[in-house]
Amino acid sequence: MNKKVKEGLKIILSSFKGKKDELISILQEIQEEFGYLPEYAMRKIARFTGVAQSRVYAVATFYAQFRFTPIGKKHVTVCRGTACHVRGAPRILEEVEKELGIKEKETTPDLEYSLETVACIGCCGLSPCLMINKKVEAKLTPEKIAKLFKKPRPPKADSEPSSRGFSS
Amino acid sequence: MDKITLTINAIPIKADRNISVLQAALKNNIYIPHLCYNPDLKVAGVCRLCIVEVKDRKLTTSCNLKVEEGLIITTDSPQIKQLRRVIIELLITNYQGNYPKLSETDDSQLRKVAAYVEIKPNRLRRLRGPTKIIPIDKSNPFFRRDHNKCVLCGICVRTCRELQKVSCIDFAFRGYDTKVSTFANKPIAESNCESCGECVMRCPTGALSPKKLQTASRKTKTICSYCGVGCGMYLGVKGKKIVSVIGDKDNPVNHGSLCVKGRFGYDFINHPERLTSPLIKKNGKFIRSSWEEALKVITKKFSIYRGDKFATLSSAKCTNEENYLIQKFTRAVMGSNHIDHCARLCHAPTVAGLTQSFGSGAMTNSINEIGKADCILAIGTNTTSAHPIISLQIKNAAENGAKIIIANPKEIDLCSFADIFLQHKPGSDVALLMGMMRVIVEEKLYDATFIKNHCENFESFKKSLGNFNQDFVERTTGVAFRDIAKAARLYAKYKPSTILFAMGITQHSHGTDNVLATSNLAMLTDNIGKPSTGVNPLRGQNNVQGACDMGALPNVYSGYQKVNMPNIRKKFELAWKCKLPSSPGLTHVEIFEAIYNKKIKALYLVGENPIISEANSNHVKNAIKKIDFFVVQDIFLTETAKLADVVLPAASFAEKNGTFTNTERRVQRVQKAIEPIGKAKPDWQITCAIAKKMKAKGFDFSNPKQIMKEIASLTPSYKGITYERLENSGLQWPCLNKKHPGTPILHVERFATPNGKGKFMPLEYKPPAEVPDSKYPFIFTTDRSLFHFHTSTMSRRVEGLDILNGEEFLNINPKDAAGIGITDGEMVKVCSRRGRIKVRAKLTDICPQGVASMTFHFAETPTNVLTNSVLDPVAKIPETKVCAVQIKKIK
Repeated sequence: MNKKVKEGLKIILSSFKGKKDELISILQEIQEEFGYLPEYAMRKIARFTGVAQSRVYAVATFYAQFRFTPIGKKHVTVCRGTACHVRGAPRILEEVEKELGIKEKETTPDLEYSLETVACIGCCGLSPCLMINKKVEAKLTPEKIAKLFKKPRPPKADSEPSSRGFSS
Repeated sequence: MDKITLTINAIPIKADRNISVLQAALKNNIYIPHLCYNPDLKVAGVCRLCIVEVKDRKLTTSCNLKVEEGLIITTDSPQIKQLRRVIIELLITNYQGNYPKLSETDDSQLRKVAAYVEIKPNRLRRLRGPTKIIPIDKSNPFFRRDHNKCVLCGICVRTCRELQKVSCIDFAFRGYDTKVSTFANKPIAESNCESCGECVMRCPTGALSPKKLQTASRKTKTICSYCGVGCGMYLGVKGKKIVSVIGDKDNPVNHGSLCVKGRFGYDFINHPERLTSPLIKKNGKFIRSSWEEALKVITKKFSIYRGDKFATLSSAKCTNEENYLIQKFTRAVMGSNHIDHCARLCHAPTVAGLTQSFGSGAMTNSINEIGKADCILAIGTNTTSAHPIISLQIKNAAENGAKIIIANPKEIDLCSFADIFLQHKPGSDVALLMGMMRVIVEEKLYDATFIKNHCENFESFKKSLGNFNQDFVERTTGVAFRDIAKAARLYAKYKPSTILFAMGITQHSHGTDNVLATSNLAMLTDNIGKPSTGVNPLRGQNNVQGACDMGALPNVYSGYQKVNMPNIRKKFELAWKCKLPSSPGLTHVEIFEAIYNKKIKALYLVGENPIISEANSNHVKNAIKKIDFFVVQDIFLTETAKLADVVLPAASFAEKNGTFTNTERRVQRVQKAIEPIGKAKPDWQITCAIAKKMKAKGFDFSNPKQIMKEIASLTPSYKGITYERLENSGLQWPCLNKKHPGTPILHVERFATPNGKGKFMPLEYKPPAEVPDSKYPFIFTTDRSLFHFHTSTMSRRVEGLDILNGEEFLNINPKDAAGIGITDGEMVKVCSRRGRIKVRAKLTDICPQGVASMTFHFAETPTNVLTNSVLDPVAKIPETKVCAVQIKKIK
């Protein structure tokens, strides 16, 4: 995993000069490539552009477009649009979070599922609803949620290197 | 400068140009509520509390409104009052800091503002508070971060960015979720925070607060006892304990800034392991004894070993007065010139080298000039770790556009501020510097007029550059020649240029040559004797400069007056009323060699821990075993003290009066804050007591002030120094008479050499004494951690510092590690020809391939059993910076 990031990063950075104002463009390309911003990559970008690490993180967290965990094989998008909201979207979200053991914008440790919310999927007639990858699950109730996800899920797989590691 | 008149609340006031209305008001004791303003930082204007009404204009924040002639300001009109009330109510509602208690800190700005606006709890109740509670970050041992009390004024973010230039924290996330965060939102202890505490001191709401918070009942102004920077500080005292440290804003060295050791590293003073009574070893065990008994044993034994059988190792941690007395005792009472101290192990080549070329072996310029240089060459100094407050000057210079050249075998923190980073091989400094000088000479960037008028020996020096051709320099240093040439051009063209160096230059078997290379470079480009230029050795210990000045050296009396000059010796014989030995004594490493060979039989060691600090320390241990009588005087039972026959309890810097001389030759007052712990005594009293017990004359001092008087009378460079004159900001020697203002810059008109000319020294490259081979394939070098000092006798007794850095690591390049098959955090075996240790590996690209490094702060992993004690022939410093080791996986 780390090796892949290292090599991908090298290729991306080779098309930049290392200037401060390239920061957001680099972040976007990294996200495009990996689906999220790996910590290792953000550190290297800081060094490459001469921007403090904390500032790189500050910029990245300001924009909704950036993720900090990889996208799961199945990406779950819970609708929080007006129609879904009035028909219990908060309860649905709560149930999904409980079921997957993760919060919004996070990914399960086995990289199977990732979760986010959007303002509206665009099928208010089916509310409350969510999408798993491109498939819409309609007219949900908290009871229906558990059936949507594969069980039991495999134990924790290879994930990001621990932040407490010694290498910097 | 002419002043501007403006009116605030109908009071006419005068203000300097270019300050803000808020500053003008505060200066004139008019309070305008504010939270995000801090006098040390750039204006942010985010809290909006300091809004004022300006006649004929809109409402505006006074922190970013510059004063103008005739401005008419109202700070408390009904409209402002109403607006300000809403602003503070919203802030306080978001603040979960248990209103109205608000904060435990004494002078919380938020509390002050709330009181001023007269917040009413029933008005607050109508507002909805935050719904989320963020857990408190308690990861740092010295302070806690409570985001719930944060009002996002940004003072901490700006302090870290503008003052410390670490930028460990910034505003992360967005909108309602915005918070001050480290990189990747980790606990602060896992970030690159240096724990300097500058943000904690400035936090206006108590969101950042020290963990140990005790209000001091009184404060004593003194000088920090860690490194040679010599920061001014106030020790906060409560009862018999030191409970806080505050930076001294008026001190010209640090202007109030402190590093983590200075600010939080005071717990050793009241540590339970402090020595509280003399100890005498009987049948291999230490028995507590009275002073009377200990002195009796000592004087009886010392009387037997007078003359060349006796040696003293003085202490660079003790005051000038104490060092003066210790060398006086050794010479006048014991009749021996075998006196030295740890300067031998750090800056002996500086003294030897700079004395040859300039005539004076100290920092030529002052600390506060560094920030104003146009070019800085920092070679062999990891300034952020070893001299944190001086590193702020370098960072400031970088921010002001100065060219920064870092030359270091390791990629140190300062590299991120550098224009050029020259990563040369350990021990190749002469080749690197001579390569630079060759470029300067070839491209005629040198100052021929200056050289002609003020220097000598240029031609033979120029000839010696011939050996340093491009190919040789590249091969020896491992640095591309175009980078060396670029560095040379920057150094020569951007004036004033200054050179900073430390142990990376000196701790070599050719340390003196390294130093001479730096002085050649400075003279070549006329970067000497002017502000922000010079050759600036950064001294290690708090008073290592002073210990040298006071003559705790085998060949000189105080003020570098040579013992083998008959007229000088006569002067001291007359003053001390005794006969003095005429030939220079042995140096630090030589003393242990003589002990090993049974030539020296008694050793008086004050405040030093050679078993950990000396190169090839196993040899030192073996030598001490052969000694007949060994007295150690220290504040703790150090690894070395455990081997002593008698241990005397000394007072720490907080318990005595005196002076320290910092790296820029500034003599500053150290003042007693508390009484000595237990039966401990200040070192000067102990030495006097031993001397008096031996019936010596000239040790009847009742306070250090009297000792300084004697020092001044015998030492030309200290002649004008009195305690009264040191009261405010100290004095930089030479200070030649009572009216002399001190000397911030040396060699202004002429060099301090006898003929007034700077001497160029021809140099040749000498490789380190031990180079890697097939059996010992790695170059091993030593360095320092920010969180510890030297052998850590003091810093490891500060719990928090030991939490931040509690273990030794072998820094090694990941590629090398892969070659040996070791992983990050794995225990490995490191062996040299002299010793072996086990230590945890840390994989890092800070170290280039083929180079591994360790600090020497940890007694359980005594790094110096590995290092090489081969000496520089002139300065007699051991080569602690380079040796060859093998690194093995533990099976």
